[in-house]
Amino acid sequence: MSDPIIKIQNMNKWFGDFQVLKNINLEVEANKKIVVCGPSGSGKSTLIRCINRLEEHQEGDIIVDGNELSEKTKDIEKIRAEVGMVFQQFNLFPHLSILDNCTLAPIWVKKMPKKEAQELALDQLKKVQIDDQANKFPGQLSGGQQQRCAIARALCMQPKIMLFDEPTSALDPEMIKEVLDAMVSLAKGGMTMIVVTHEMGFAKEVADEVIFMDEGMIIEKAETKEFFAKPKSDRTKLFLSQIL
Amino acid sequence: MQTINFLKPSRDNIKNYSIIGSFLVLVSLIDVISNAFLKINLTSFLPGSLTTLFPLIIGLIGLNMMRIDYSGNKTLDLLNKNINTNNFNALLTLLILFSIIKALPQSLSWMILDATISGDSKDACTGTGACWTYIKVWFRRFMYGMYPNEFHWRINTAFILVIALGFVGYFMKENLKKYLALYYVIIYPVIAYLVIYYLISGGSFGLQWVETGAWGGLSLTFIVSFFCLIFCFPLGMIFALGRRSNLPAIKYISICYIEFWRGVPLITVLFMSSVMFPMFLPEDFFMDKLVRVIIAITLFEAAYCAEVIRGGLQSLPRGQYDAAKSLGMGYWKMHIFVILPQALKLVIPGIANTFLALVKDTPLIFVVGLAELAGMLALAKTNPKWLGFAMEGYIFASIIFWIICYAMSKYSYNLEAKYKTER
Ligand SMILES: Nc1ncnc2c1ncn2[C@@H]1O[C@H](COP(=O)(O)OP(=O)(O)O)[C@@H](O)[C@H]1O
Ligand SMILES: [Mg+2]
Repeated sequence: MSDPIIKIQNMNKWFGDFQVLKNINLEVEANKKIVVCGPSGSGKSTLIRCINRLEEHQEGDIIVDGNELSEKTKDIEKIRAEVGMVFQQFNLFPHLSILDNCTLAPIWVKKMPKKEAQELALDQLKKVQIDDQANKFPGQLSGGQQQRCAIARALCMQPKIMLFDEPTSALDPEMIKEVLDAMVSLAKGGMTMIVVTHEMGFAKEVADEVIFMDEGMIIEKAETKEFFAKPKSDRTKLFLSQIL
Repeated sequence: MQTINFLKPSRDNIKNYSIIGSFLVLVSLIDVISNAFLKINLTSFLPGSLTTLFPLIIGLIGLNMMRIDYSGNKTLDLLNKNINTNNFNALLTLLILFSIIKALPQSLSWMILDATISGDSKDACTGTGACWTYIKVWFRRFMYGMYPNEFHWRINTAFILVIALGFVGYFMKENLKKYLALYYVIIYPVIAYLVIYYLISGGSFGLQWVETGAWGGLSLTFIVSFFCLIFCFPLGMIFALGRRSNLPAIKYISICYIEFWRGVPLITVLFMSSVMFPMFLPEDFFMDKLVRVIIAITLFEAAYCAEVIRGGLQSLPRGQYDAAKSLGMGYWKMHIFVILPQALKLVIPGIANTFLALVKDTPLIFVVGLAELAGMLALAKTNPKWLGFAMEGYIFASIIFWIICYAMSKYSYNLEAKYKTER
């Protein structure tokens, strides 16, 4: 077995007095796809935001690609550059064109020549089928197109890991498929992915493992087939019965 | 022909209604105009207060008759939408129009018809109108202060140079564009300072030294405003970022700075800059009064700029910070490429406000004995040979300040339109 690329041990996190994450243990091997589900407010977003240190944890260890995350981590930017993230609200930069959204970080963070960055960006935009929108601004695109651009933007940094925080929750139903398609083809390409989603069809199709969270704890963690076929915990059963 | 109901205009009879309506409005206007300009009361046959109210009533009925929604006539629709939406607006429109007409004859005759501009001493002003001769005679003082007449070309040349240098940014080559901020924040002010120092102060290159005490008038307004504007903006930005910093030391220094300068009146700051400040400096250290004043105003206005910019920073959603961070951008890259471009765009109106206030605050430098435009006016009006013309002076100054400020606000609207992006 290879070393896990993400390793979380006995991690606890508080917002003030409120404990959001309780004793989280998680290992993710390279090229694996993990789906995280659970009721709203259970701490799913907080968990994956801890993995690229958009949130700081107070106890336990988080090790990403061999680097431990803590206050002492010097080059947190370097680690973040290797971990792409896609948000529920897209979070594109509204003052930049689609192409510039994608080239900004490669040029200024990775110091890639502009020309090369643009070629890479167009390549990634083509993969999510919005290369024809490259010169428009985010405000001129539909939600689905914006989210696909956000995926392309993250991929332009050529990350080792991709985090998705409910990427389809803010989308109209007819746009969900186009975003999921982009994610499926990314998964087939071998990317390591952690996806918070309620799209169980997607989970069944690509996930290696599914994690169920509630009240800040990982309640259940199982291989996909097993997770859906015979969930162990009652809470998981209840959740699945509500969502499927 | 259908009957015409005076209170309820209808679309079927647009032509009749609009013609009668505009005729009534016209009658009311003619009545007011003849009253104001020709001193003829056309409605003297009416009793008492009715004669004063007559144009208002007629005008209101007229406007009411013209108020037809979607009339199909562009001018009429525009009129109805903007000044005639309902009876109250119609009343306001009429009242404003009438007051303007009533005030026009007096101001016209004072400012132009009965005014004097010939001659070059007070004796020329014998009429009942304004004495523009006064402005004419003092014009150079108002523009250049006590700066020697034969050297005025030096001020003009310096200004032309500084303005020309300001346009350099527009013509910069594409590959140099990334140095734009560096140019405007550091290089440009330094060059401008050198130009003004060597040309206006003189003292070398065969130019005679003119001490800053002699500078004044509008040119001094420009010099003070110019330096304060270009320095207070970057400084304000630094303190705005500082106030939002996670590092407690930087955060509290910024808060103290902002709250201190916002809490003291500018006039005391200026006073202290000239009286108190030198006491803390070593004996042989000399800093020009004008430089001290510019520093004082800059520090003062930077606090206001900081709060305006902070407002912009605050209004950006957290997602923008998250996205920038998740792409591996550090603090400075995130702010320079993602946060500030959006925040500054949002605060253009607020910054314009602060800058306008700054320009209009410059007259306060009189407390340290510097006389810019308004200060020169105050000096001129107490000149024994020219007593009694304060009004003309202040009107002149108001017009100049208004032109400057209007130009600035127009420019800020243009900027806003230029950088508008859809969200
Ligand atoms: N910045 C924050 N400050 C305080 N509480 C927070 C913050 N972010 C999230 N929370 C709380 O933490 C809990 C978990 O939130 P979140 O991770 O967003 O849940 P999920 O993504 O599973 O819906 C919620 O109860 C939420 O109110
Ligand atoms: Mg969430």
